[in-house]
Amino acid sequence: MIRPLICVTGLYKQYLANVPVLKDINFTIEGGEFVAIMGHSGSGKSTLMNILGCLDTATAGHYYLEDRDTATLNSDELALLRNNLIGFVFQGFNLLPRSSLLDNIALPLLYAGKSKAARRAKALEMLGRVGLAELGERLPNQLSGGQQQRVAIARALVTDPKLILADEPTGNLDTQTSEDIMKIFETMNAERKITIILVTHEPDIATHAKRLIRVKDGQIDSDKPT
Amino acid sequence: MIIGALLGEGWSAMVANRMRTLLTMLGMVFGVGAVIMMLAIGQGAQMLVNDSIASMGSNLFIILSGSTSAGGIRQGSGTVPTLTLADAQAIGELPDIAAVAPNLFNTAQLIYASNNWSTQVSGTTPAVMEVRDMQVISGACFTDSDVRAATRVMLMGQTVVRNLFGDENPVGKMVRVKNSPFMVLGVLAAKGQSLDGRDQDDTVLIPITTAQRQLFGNQFPGMVRMILVKAKSAEVMAKAEQSMNELLNTRHRIHVGQENDFSVRNLTAVAQAAASTTEAMSTMLGAIASVSLLVGGIGIMNIMLVSVTERTREIGIRMAIGAKNRDILLQFLFEAVMISLAGSFIGAVLGVACAYFYSQFNDTLVVVTLSSVLLAFGVATAVGVFFGFYPAGKAANLKPIEALRYQ
Repeated sequence: MIRPLICVTGLYKQYLANVPVLKDINFTIEGGEFVAIMGHSGSGKSTLMNILGCLDTATAGHYYLEDRDTATLNSDELALLRNNLIGFVFQGFNLLPRSSLLDNIALPLLYAGKSKAARRAKALEMLGRVGLAELGERLPNQLSGGQQQRVAIARALVTDPKLILADEPTGNLDTQTSEDIMKIFETMNAERKITIILVTHEPDIATHAKRLIRVKDGQIDSDKPT
Repeated sequence: MIIGALLGEGWSAMVANRMRTLLTMLGMVFGVGAVIMMLAIGQGAQMLVNDSIASMGSNLFIILSGSTSAGGIRQGSGTVPTLTLADAQAIGELPDIAAVAPNLFNTAQLIYASNNWSTQVSGTTPAVMEVRDMQVISGACFTDSDVRAATRVMLMGQTVVRNLFGDENPVGKMVRVKNSPFMVLGVLAAKGQSLDGRDQDDTVLIPITTAQRQLFGNQFPGMVRMILVKAKSAEVMAKAEQSMNELLNTRHRIHVGQENDFSVRNLTAVAQAAASTTEAMSTMLGAIASVSLLVGGIGIMNIMLVSVTERTREIGIRMAIGAKNRDILLQFLFEAVMISLAGSFIGAVLGVACAYFYSQFNDTLVVVTLSSVLLAFGVATAVGVFFGFYPAGKAANLKPIEALRYQ
């Protein structure tokens, strides 16, 4: 039997005592899925996303990523997981403002210990793949929001991760640009079998996914194909 | 993380806040500059003292004849002619003594052609070369047979050469002293100033017998004003001093309880006291200057803390894409050390330049040694690491999600 990529069982998270943000979350996600997580603000969907991305830890319950219980890993092991298994795409792009696009894209490879030549070659390839090949030496603030998000996607993909976590990736973009970005995600999922988990509150965006999990008051409200 | 990338990150952070980086560096600039400058001045003073000690000769004793007392009025040392050539010879036979040079000196007028010059004329023996570590740079030294025959020859110090001969070569020329002709046999190597500032090159040496019999009269036959003695090593100085005292007491028939008619002085001990004073001074100057290094280090820590707070979000992004705590720690530590080293470099250049100008305008010996520059750099690096560690540790221990959410 092939183990699922993600397996969450009995997950709780609370920041203040007796005020749980997430209550008894259970689900599994197989490799290659394209899942959208929807919910109102304050529903706990971002907290769930942070735990899935190993940026935060659960208060109780288990989160298995590729069969590893993340609760038992130390901060270096979690950093390693984030580096080579997970790619993040944020709402606010989160590019380093002082670094060129190529340096931004190459940064995960730097922490993976790749040589300078390898980092540059791979970053150039990724930049070409998101259609910005000729802008490599520019700084992020010289680009439009849509272009910056493409760079962020290139950075997320540069280590060839199995999982992309996108937290409201189109939240700061207009409708047309959002559609372009979602097309990139769809292509990634279809052609390269990369698992994508997308947090959004826009139903239009969620339709691009193949499975929709609704979160309400810290619990899973519904979990069905779109 | 790779060193080259760390350097690049550090550089871009420094360049991003140019003004702030420069102001932070200023603390290190002044600190390192002050340390190098102060060490240079201190070492210059030390070198002057050491040079004078070396020029005096090492393991050196001076034996002076005692004082007279006439009607209750006591005269100074050397006023009673109690020391003789025979005393000097006897001291030379003691076991711990390397060389002995008796000395009878006085001031006399030297005349050559149309020039004349008053200088100290010292009657002595060739052993003085060894005792005082002197050298003849041209011509030759007089010999023991010159001493036996009381010939009229002389060795001339550089200052005398300059004043009597100018650029002319004095070797072989005749100089008149008190109407007697003396032949210049050789020229002494320059020795510079003594500890008390006397010009040690303003002197001529002649055989002691010539001084006694022909130049300074002979009211007391065989008399010398002082005897210079060199011990075999620094370890036997105390033993040598004791045996010389005993020998002279016996020879001068001085009984226990009676006042000596001579005094033995250890010149090396005096010189070493002067040397240790200068060393203490230069250490103190360096210590005071290091305080400014400390202040510079605190400035770096302050700015690094601001920088870590400002860049919390950046740290969060880096952690999200796979930076380990160690990577963040090294990044900020490198930045602190780079600011510190850049400041040190500018400080070192300024310090050396200031030391140079100081010596140009003050006629003081200022010595910048490689070791003092390296010391300043080493301390600056240590300051960067030490004061960079707390802010860097603070950055590295941030929780990824908290850093990422920081506005």
